[in-house]
Parts: sequence; C-alpha cells; structure tokens
Amino acid sequence: MSAIRVSGAGTTLAPAGAARGRSTLSEAARMFRRSGSAMFGLALVVVLGAAAVLAPLLAPHDPDVIDTARRLARPLTPGHLLGTDEFGRDLLSRLLHGARTSLVVGLAATALAAAAGSVCGLLAGFVGRWVDQLVMRSIDTLMAFPYFLLAIAIIATLGPGLVNGMVAVAIVNIPFYGRIVRATVLAVKQTEYVEAARALGVSELRLSLTHVLRNCLAPLIVAVTLNVGGMITALAGLSFLGLGVQPPTSDWGSMLSSSRQYMNVAPHVAALPGLAIFLAVLGFNLLGDGLRDALDPRLR
Amino acid sequence: MAAVGGAGLQGYLVRRILLALPVLVGVSLLVFGVMRLAPGDPAAIMLGAQATREDVERLRRDLGLDRPVAVQYAQWMGRVLRGDLGRSIPLGREVLPEVLLRFKATVVLTAGALVIAIAVGLTAGIVSATRQYSWLDKLSMAVAVTGVSLPVFWTGIMLILVFALSLRWFPSAGMVSPYGGGLDDLLWHLALPALTLGTASAAAVARLTRSSVLEIIRQDYVRAARAKGLAERAVVARHVLKNALNPILTVIGVQVGYLLGGAILTETVFSWPGLGSMMVRAIQARDYPLVQGGVLLIATTFVLVNLVVDLLYAVFDPRIRYE
Repeated sequence: MSAIRVSGAGTTLAPAGAARGRSTLSEAARMFRRSGSAMFGLALVVVLGAAAVLAPLLAPHDPDVIDTARRLARPLTPGHLLGTDEFGRDLLSRLLHGARTSLVVGLAATALAAAAGSVCGLLAGFVGRWVDQLVMRSIDTLMAFPYFLLAIAIIATLGPGLVNGMVAVAIVNIPFYGRIVRATVLAVKQTEYVEAARALGVSELRLSLTHVLRNCLAPLIVAVTLNVGGMITALAGLSFLGLGVQPPTSDWGSMLSSSRQYMNVAPHVAALPGLAIFLAVLGFNLLGDGLRDALDPRLR
Repeated sequence: MAAVGGAGLQGYLVRRILLALPVLVGVSLLVFGVMRLAPGDPAAIMLGAQATREDVERLRRDLGLDRPVAVQYAQWMGRVLRGDLGRSIPLGREVLPEVLLRFKATVVLTAGALVIAIAVGLTAGIVSATRQYSWLDKLSMAVAVTGVSLPVFWTGIMLILVFALSLRWFPSAGMVSPYGGGLDDLLWHLALPALTLGTASAAAVARLTRSSVLEIIRQDYVRAARAKGLAERAVVARHVLKNALNPILTVIGVQVGYLLGGAILTETVFSWPGLGSMMVRAIQARDYPLVQGGVLLIATTFVLVNLVVDLLYAVFDPRIRYE
C-alpha cells in the first residue's frame, strides 16, 4: 500500500520536478557553453577520444612493425608524419594506439575508484555509527600516504602490470570519492523530502539509491571529470617507472620512458608522448573546471 | 587571556597528537601488509630462483613468517620501534641507515620544490585575486591550469632537453659534482629537479590562494579597512592574507604529500639519489624490507607534516583551539 502511495506521489511530483530539473540543467548548459576554456577542454577530450576509438582506421602503419633502416626519423619524414622511434616504428601510429591504452585504463581506474568510493561514502553516511567510524578511519589511513607513494606500495604487493597499476591507482583515489559522497549523504539525509519519503515507508535501501544517490550525481560527475586527468598522469607515471604497462603493450608513459635515452639525438620521440599526456590531462581538467562552475549554483 | 589561549592551545595539541596515533597504527598495518599480502612465499621471492629449500626455510624463520600473522605484526612493530627495519638481501646491508641516507636527498628535493611552490604560487595567487579579471589574472590562471596538467616526468625531460642538453646551464643528473662541491654546487644540481617537482604544486597553490583571497576580499571588514583609508597593500597584508592563511596552509600540507610522492618520478628522471629512485629499484628486485622501510619513513613524515599544519591552524586561528 505504502509503495503504491509513494509511487503515486512520485508521479504527481515528477512533472514539476522534471521541469525544474530541465531549467536548472539548461541554465548549467548555457553557462558551460559560454565558457571558452570549458569548450576547449571538451574539444580536446572529444578529439583525443575519437583518435583512440578510431586508432585502427587512422593509424597509417602497424604500431609494432619494426623498420631498423628508419630509426629515429624526424617528424615530416615522407611516410612518417611524426617520425619514428628507436626501433623505426611509426610514432603517429604508436601515439594513436597508445591513446587507447592510456585513456581506457585511465577511465576504467576512475570508474572503479568512483564506484568503490561511492559505496563506502554511502555506507558511512547512511548507516553511520561504527560503519561510519570504520570507513572514515580507513580513509584517514589511506590519506596518510602521499598519493603516488601509496600506488607504489600497492604495486609492490601486487606486482607490476597494467591491471595491477589500474587497481593500485583506483584504491588510492577511493578516499576522494568516499568523502564527497559521505558529505552529500549527510547533507541530503537532513532534508525534509528524505524525511517525508521515510515517513511514507520507503525502505532505507531504496531511499539511498533513489533520493540520496541522485543528489550525489552532480558532485560525482564533477569529481570524476576532475579526477580523470590525475588518473591518466598517475598511470602514465607508473608505466614510466616500468611498474605499469608491460611490453609488448605500450601506453604514452612507457613510450616516454623507452625514448628517454635517445632524447639527445631525437628530442621529438620523448616530447610527443608527453605532449599527448599533457593535452589529455589539460582537456579533462578544463572540462572538469567548466562543469564545476556550471553545476555549482553558488557560482551563478 | 594569554594563559587561557595557551591552555586552549595545549589541549588542542594533545587532542590532535592523540588523533594522529590511530592513523600511524593504520599506516604501520598497511606497510606490514605490503609483504604479507604479496602473492606467493615472500622468502622464496626475495631469495630468487637459485635459492635452496634450506635457504628459504632459514629466511622464513628469520623473517618470522612461520608464526601467526598477529605475532608477526607485533614482532615487526617492536623491531621498528627500536629502529630495526630489517636487512636488505640484495644490498646485504641494514635497511635503516640506507633509507635515512636516501631520505636526506629526498627531503632536500622536496624542500626545494616546496620553496618554489610557495613563493611562485602565493605571489601569483595574490596578484591574480587583487587584480581580478585583469590580463595578469587571466594569464596567471591560464599558466596555472597548464601547470597542474603537466606530468612531472615530462616537465623534467623537457627541462633537461632545453636547459641541460641544449643551453648547458644546469646538469642533467645527480645531486653533487663527481669531485664534490659546496652549497652552490648542490643548488646548481637542485635547480631543475626542484623546478620540475614544484611547478604543478605552484600552480595548485596559486589557484587556491586566488580563490581564498577573493572570498576574504569581499568581506565587510575588508571594505571597512579600505574605508578608513588604509593603503591597499596594508589591507591585503593585515586583513586579507591573515584570514586567507588557513585554507592556503591546508593546500600546502596536501602539496607536501604530492611532492613526496612526485619525488619518486622526479628522482628517476634526474637520477637524484633519493628514496624514490631507490624504492623503484627495490620493487623490481622484490626487496620487501627496503620497500617497507621507505614507505614507512615517507608516510610517517607526511603524517607528522599534517600534524604540524593542523597545529599551525590553531596558532593562526585561535577559534580552532576551542572546537
């Protein structure tokens, strides 16, 4: 009975809520479009994302084909727009395929951290008591480690590798999401509409999934966008140290690492993978800044 | 009044130190777990494929791996508190002197980067906020968003390419010249690594300083200070900065963690003889005691730095002592 009543209340409230949601959303979209830097960030992310998805179509060569006759060719060499690396492999093709690894792993690690962090934050904020204490003390402990050091320590345990690197970087970022979601849950829990829903007999699980988690979405979207850049850098950093992606797979970090010893004779081999990392991180950072400004009503 | 403030500060100090203890225990548990949670037998991994069964058994006994986990942790913790971090098998040396020696180099690098981050970041942030929407503000914020997006290892390589290999102004590797040198030699070697490590932090400090100062600058008491005819410089120094200091301190505390972690990458790029470059080699060699020693030392330092930052809050803002 109560369930029917609640769903009825939901449907009667929905049009007004949806209309208000639309106007807030269109206001945010208008603010976002007006920001030049946010649009530039979006363009960078779209271009790099498209390059990663279309890598097999766009790459002029097989990224792994070795051509020792053309080692360390300079950019604009006929047939090799960005030159070749120390094994004569086409740099443009390797950068395009490297984008797939770097972006996919970066996004996957972010999704993993956001999911795990949200569950922790939701449990801590909603259940409270000893669960909150346990989660928050664990978060305090994780945060007592310098960001990159903890990833290194986890790699020391799990061993180097692509998946282990992703897991390590995701674990390091759990506190970031856990704290955001917990703070939002604590704020939303006090609101009258949550109390009203509870009084109507909505189960705690449904309450947390529908009302509370929905309110966490905006801060979570901003957090995820701002965090992706850091994830890509951290994973590239692990690969640069030889602790992330292992050969024959390559990402931008491992490309940069292997080219270091040739930077005296072929600076472009070291410069280009790093430039790719920088542009990807810059894109996500500008996009995140723009989303935060657009979605935060206090800034309007 | 002063006595009450002093007592408040002491109480706060004790409470804050007590709060740091469980975190330190958590840190020690995680560091202990580095070896225990590794897949396979740590003793066999540490000794390598050539080790005999007897060697592995002996090491297992030496490391206490044949005892219950709780006992192992208690014994390990007891040794750590006495300053015994174990022995590195590949190096054949005690871990503590090794990590302390390396730690000095990491502290020098981190301190150099922090000086750059604070000097550049604070100046840029204050200038930006006091001239909001001017071309200087837009330029410094554009540089700041670029700075936070720069991967530290790439910045290092680019600086080496330009200032070491091309212009030959600075050395590309090491901490001191082969035949030794004084402070000027150290600073000469430190310039590029510290700039590399400090750039992203300077950008982060600049962004936060700008927003903190902007928030304070709109307050009524700042308007009142201006209205009574105080020079703008004095308004900023006495009324704005003093009140914007705590959020800035927070970000500087966070940046110390970023710098200690980022030092691992910077040290690798510049062959700086610090803890970071040592730990990367130790992980590849599965030298667990060395990894544990390095992680424990850096994490404990970070906890203590955060403790000092929290105590400074209370010094700068007496309201915090009574919360």
